[in-house]
Amino acid sequence: MPIGDMLFRSVDDSQINGVFPNTFNEYKKWDKEKDELPPEEVYKALFEELAYGEKIQIGRALTRMNYSKSGWKSLIKTTSREIKKAVKKDELPNNYKEFLITANEKWADPTFWYAMGQMVNDATPIYYWNALDRTYDQDQNVVMQDEKRRIYIKTWIKTLKISVYVTIFCLILGFPVAHLLANLPLRYSNLLMIFVLLPFWTSLLVRTTAWIVMLQQNGVINGILVWLGILSDDGRLQLVYNETGTLIAMTQILLPFMILPLYSVMRVIPKSHMRAAQNLGAKPATAFWKVYLPQTIPGMSAGGLLVFVLAIGYFITPELVGGKDGKLIGHWIAYHLKTTLNWGLCAALGAILLGVMLIFYWLYNKIVGIDNIKLG
Amino acid sequence: MALPSYATPVQRTYYYAYLFFCAVVFFFLIAPLFAIIPISFSVSPFMVFTEGMLAWPPDPEAWSLRWYKNMIGDCSADVVSSTVPCSTKWMKGTVNSFYIGTIATVIATALGTLAALGLSRPHMPYKGLIMAILISPMIVPLIITAAGMFFFYARINLVYTFTGVILAHVALATPFVVITVTATLVGFDMNMVKAAQSLGAKPIRTFFKVIMPLILPGIISGALFAFITSFDEVVVVMFMASIDQLTIPKQMWAGIRQEISPVILCMATCLVLLSIFLLTTVELLRRRSEKLRGIKAR
Repeated sequence: MPIGDMLFRSVDDSQINGVFPNTFNEYKKWDKEKDELPPEEVYKALFEELAYGEKIQIGRALTRMNYSKSGWKSLIKTTSREIKKAVKKDELPNNYKEFLITANEKWADPTFWYAMGQMVNDATPIYYWNALDRTYDQDQNVVMQDEKRRIYIKTWIKTLKISVYVTIFCLILGFPVAHLLANLPLRYSNLLMIFVLLPFWTSLLVRTTAWIVMLQQNGVINGILVWLGILSDDGRLQLVYNETGTLIAMTQILLPFMILPLYSVMRVIPKSHMRAAQNLGAKPATAFWKVYLPQTIPGMSAGGLLVFVLAIGYFITPELVGGKDGKLIGHWIAYHLKTTLNWGLCAALGAILLGVMLIFYWLYNKIVGIDNIKLG
Repeated sequence: MALPSYATPVQRTYYYAYLFFCAVVFFFLIAPLFAIIPISFSVSPFMVFTEGMLAWPPDPEAWSLRWYKNMIGDCSADVVSSTVPCSTKWMKGTVNSFYIGTIATVIATALGTLAALGLSRPHMPYKGLIMAILISPMIVPLIITAAGMFFFYARINLVYTFTGVILAHVALATPFVVITVTATLVGFDMNMVKAAQSLGAKPIRTFFKVIMPLILPGIISGALFAFITSFDEVVVVMFMASIDQLTIPKQMWAGIRQEISPVILCMATCLVLLSIFLLTTVELLRRRSEKLRGIKAR
C-alpha cells in the first residue's frame, strides 16, 4: 500500500491542476501553430485564478512550476501582486493580456507558456525524466539536462558499479570460507560460524562506526601500517569518506549474506564426488572446476543476487562512510524527501530503483525460489 | 578435512594458503567489532588508540569509564569535554528503543505466527503470492519502503508519532517471524491438531495447549529477530520520527554525522554485547527446537 502510494506520487500532478483548472482548460484550446501567444481567455482565467485562489495552494503549485522551468516563482509572485492591487481598487482590466504583460513582460515570452504545457495533465512523466537527467525543451521534446546538472545517471552508474564490485568481492572472500565451514567437522564449524553470525546480528550502525574507526586517517589500519614502517607518518592513506571506504565497509557488512546461502548448498554436496573424480584421474584443480564448482552454482547465484540486491539499495553505510563521492542513489531519495521536499522526483527515483529490484527479485525467484531464504 | 598423509608439497602449500585466506576473512569479519571495545574505555575524546593505551606496561591514566558515565547522563566536570557535551539523549534513546521495540515485537510476533500457521496449511490458495508479499519488506531496499511509508503515513497523519513508527516497524519485522515460524512448522505433525480437536478442544484451546508449546522455540527466535530488526532500524526512524521518538540508532547516526565522540563507541560496545547475548539465545533455541521435533542435531 505505501509502495502503491509512492508510485502514484511519482506521476501525480493533480495539485497544480486543482489550482489552475480553468487556465489549463483554456490552455488546451490554444493552437500553437496559429498564434504565437495564447488567446485572451487563457490570460483571463489565469488572472482570475491568481486573484481569488488560496494562497497556500498557489504557493505549492509554484514549487511544482519551478521544477519545469526556473523563473516561474518570481514571475507569478510579481504578477499576483499587481493583480491584487488592481482587484483592491476594483479596476478590472479590459484587456487581460495587456495587463499581465505590463505587470511582467515575461508573459509575452512564449517559452514560459510552452513550459506550462508540461503541467496541464493530471499525470506527468516529468519526474521520471528528471530522475534520468532529462528534461523538456520548449517543444515538449525530451532532452538531456545541462551538463552541470546531470547527476542522476552518474549516480545510477556508480550505484550499479559498486554493487557489482561488492558482489564480486563477497564471492571471492565468501567462497573459501563457506567451503571451509561446510567441510569441517561440526564441532569446529559451529564455533567458526559465530564469526559469520555475530556481525550478521550486530547493528548496522555499530559496524559502520567500527569501520570509520578502523579506516580513518589516524585509525587502526593506518596506525598499523605506519607502525610497520610501510607508510610514512604523513603518507597516511585516505581510506574513508570516499568510494574505497564504501566498498570495504559494504563488503564486510554484506559478506554473511553470501556465506550463509553458499554454506547451506555446500553442506549437502557429498565429499565422495571430489574423491571419485580424483580416483578417475582428474587433477585436484580439474576435479574442483568440473565437479565441485558446478554443484555450488545455486548457492553462488542465490548469495550473489541477495548481496547485489541489498547493495543496490544501500543507504546508511554509503551515507556515513562514503563522504562526497561515495554516495549512492539512496542518498538522493532521502535528500529529496527530507531536504528539497521534491516528493515527485523522490518517488520517481524510488520507483525506478524498485523496478530494477523487481527484475532481480524475479530472477532470484526463478533460480532459487523465494521460500529458500534462511536465517542463520 | 585434514590433508591426507600422501599430499604433495604443492598441495600442502595450497592447503595452507587456503587456511590462511580463510583466517584473514574471519579476521576481516570480526576485527572491526572488537577494535571499538578498547577505544570506548579511552580517556581521550577522539576515537583512536592513544599512545598511553598501547604502552607496556599499561598506563592506568589512559583508561577510564568517563564516556560510559557520559552515556548514562552523568554530567560531572571530569566526564564532559570541550567536544563532547553532556547529553541525556542516549538514555532517552534507549528508553524509546526498548519501548518501540517491545510493542512492535509483540504485534509482529502475533501477526507473523498467525500468518505462518495459515501459510503452512496444505490447501492454502495463493500461497506463493502471499508469501512473496509478506516477505517483500525484507527484500525491497529499506530506503524505498521508508519513502513509501512516509508518503502513505503523511496522508493519514501518522508521521512523527509513536504509532506510526511502531506500525512501520511491525511491517518490517513480521517477515522474520513468518520465516522462522514457518521453518519450525516443517515437520510439525498436523495429526496432533486433529487429535486435540477430536478430543473436544476448541481451536483456540488447541493452539495454546498443543501447537504453541511445540513451536515456541520458533516463535521466540522469531520474536528476537523482530526485536533486533526494530531495535537496529534507522532509515524509517529517520524519516518518520521527530525528536520525541529518538531511538538509539538515530542518536548514533546523528552522533556519527555531527560530533564524532567516544560515547558512540560505548553504546556500540553495549550493542555488541546485546547481539552476542541474542545470538547465543537463538542458537540454543534452534537446538532445542530440533530436539523437540525429533530432528537429529546436525
